[in-house]
Amino acid sequence: MSRLLTVEGLTTEFKTERGIVRAVNNISYTVDSGEIVGVVGESGCGKSVSQMSIMGLIPSPPGKVVAGTAIFGNTDLLKLKKESKEMCEIRGNRISMIFQEPMTSLNPALTVNKQMSEMLLEHKSISKKEARERVIDMLRQVGIPDPESRADDYPHQMSGGMRQRVMVGMAMICDPALIIADEATTALDATIQAQLLEMMNNLVREHHTAMVMVTHNLGIVARYADRINVMYAGSIIESGTVKEIWANPLHPYTESLIHCVPQLGQKVEAIPGMPPSLINRPPTCPFLPRCKYRQKCCFEDPVQELTLVEGTHSTMCALRSGGAKNEQ
Amino acid sequence: MSNNIIEVRDLKMYFPVLRGLLKRKVADVKALDGISFDIKEGETLGLVGESGCGKTTVGRNLIRLYKPTDGSIVFKGKEIAKAKEKDLGWVRREMAMVFQDPYSSLNPRLNSAEIVGEPLKIHNLVSSKKEFNERVEELFVMSGLSPDMMDRYPHEYSGGQRQRLSIARALAGDPSLIICDEPISALDVSMQAQILNLLQKLQEKREGLSYLFISHDLLAVQYISKRVAVMYLGHIVEMADSEELYSHTLHPYSQALLSAQPLPDPFIEENREVVVMQGELPTPLNPPSGCTFHTRCPMAQKICSEKAPELKDVGCGHCVACHLV
Repeated sequence: MSRLLTVEGLTTEFKTERGIVRAVNNISYTVDSGEIVGVVGESGCGKSVSQMSIMGLIPSPPGKVVAGTAIFGNTDLLKLKKESKEMCEIRGNRISMIFQEPMTSLNPALTVNKQMSEMLLEHKSISKKEARERVIDMLRQVGIPDPESRADDYPHQMSGGMRQRVMVGMAMICDPALIIADEATTALDATIQAQLLEMMNNLVREHHTAMVMVTHNLGIVARYADRINVMYAGSIIESGTVKEIWANPLHPYTESLIHCVPQLGQKVEAIPGMPPSLINRPPTCPFLPRCKYRQKCCFEDPVQELTLVEGTHSTMCALRSGGAKNEQ
Repeated sequence: MSNNIIEVRDLKMYFPVLRGLLKRKVADVKALDGISFDIKEGETLGLVGESGCGKTTVGRNLIRLYKPTDGSIVFKGKEIAKAKEKDLGWVRREMAMVFQDPYSSLNPRLNSAEIVGEPLKIHNLVSSKKEFNERVEELFVMSGLSPDMMDRYPHEYSGGQRQRLSIARALAGDPSLIICDEPISALDVSMQAQILNLLQKLQEKREGLSYLFISHDLLAVQYISKRVAVMYLGHIVEMADSEELYSHTLHPYSQALLSAQPLPDPFIEENREVVVMQGELPTPLNPPSGCTFHTRCPMAQKICSEKAPELKDVGCGHCVACHLV
């Protein structure tokens, strides 16, 4: 496995009337080729914003990537201008994205073939005819029945599940090294979601494509991801392989998150309170007001960075990473 | 049985499809095609299924937001399926509803005390302003909201708190049945758990409070319900006690639905076989013949496309509608 993407110190802020919202706060993570990395967290924790920052998709103003690097190959993605030639060369070709809402992310005025071959004609030097063949082949791979005729359909002629299959096909068609799937299956029904996830999993494993799976559904990451980053209030608070995290959740938030999802035959423990406001955040741990293990030192010490505990498992919690002075 | 709070028999709800200048009826969407179930006093019945299977239509029929095409609904011993709108006042007090979207189900121009207290005024349950305030405060506390927030407007609340407001409003008439239509699907995981626990706590506190809990989230339904009914295309295909249904799933559709739900535990997922069901939900405008599930069923036989299976008890109250069970 080789390193594909190295993100360091990424910080994204939005200017609002009430103050500066720091949506992503100094996060660092890596993605290796061929692996599936899950990014989990609740809404507003910065999981989508962090991915959009890397792709140069943050609307500016009001948003701005204020610090950090994201090394992909030899390029720092955050240094590239949004519409620059280099960025366009990477976006859609080397890194592609699948968004949540399949109706709004497809162009309603173009046929499926037109918008999918647009990618190929933009990035690869092939003829329209060859592009159409590749599109039909891709549609077959993502499980669209009768792809020869469906390729000339418009998005509104397809169901939600079909449209999302087209989105997956579109993301895969240039054979990218990395796919970012931002809540790609959230809007779909349970059985359709399962079909799509299985298909995506098989496809990326087959093509040896890396995937960053942004989701709030712990079940999905437990089933498909190799590693996870858990995000809370703009920070990655815990990171590790799926099994490391479930066997021994280090950060109290991760622990509570796992316990507050109903499982067969288990009691649900709710997390009291609400996520904090991202404006004027205190220097202490963001989870502090809701944490059931908090101690005196938590109120005094500034928040830690993500610290490696063992193996590949790291956490931001001072009590659990051995960083605290008076651990019980 | 007398301790059934509501008995539904052969409930049908057809929505006409109108076309052309004269709005002639060209077809029916059979949203519900013969549904029967009971809810006992103090019991929670979970209703699961994918979108378009008719689960919301069931809830709206019970509280008579829709007028059923056919069938009977006996609520507290009285037939309400065909009752006139003016005779339904008591039903709307005794039965309340919590909707899915906490943003559009609260009037943005009323403050939260007015929203929660509106049923008290409509049903003349309080006689003075003082009593009104006391009662609203009590409802706030019951739903886990601080009474200091009584004069705030809905936009000042977060999603989870808005859903608490909806629950407080539902409790105002002191109902015996609350229909919860996807009450947690618009919320974040940590908020979902809070709402689930709140609903359970309320049921413990107020004896005899029943819920119809409608959701597409199998794990949440399993957690909160005593009995669970699985719906597919306007029919109940399986109904059983929650534990029984999840441990001995009989209907192929319920099995597929359960398998499609990823469990939040990698150690279980590792050894779990994923059965992916083919195809998509057929349109209720022209449902398949016989068993409506036969087009997607991995075990379908000849009889399945010819004859519709009936919901039959296979023991211990476990009912299933399948020829092959």
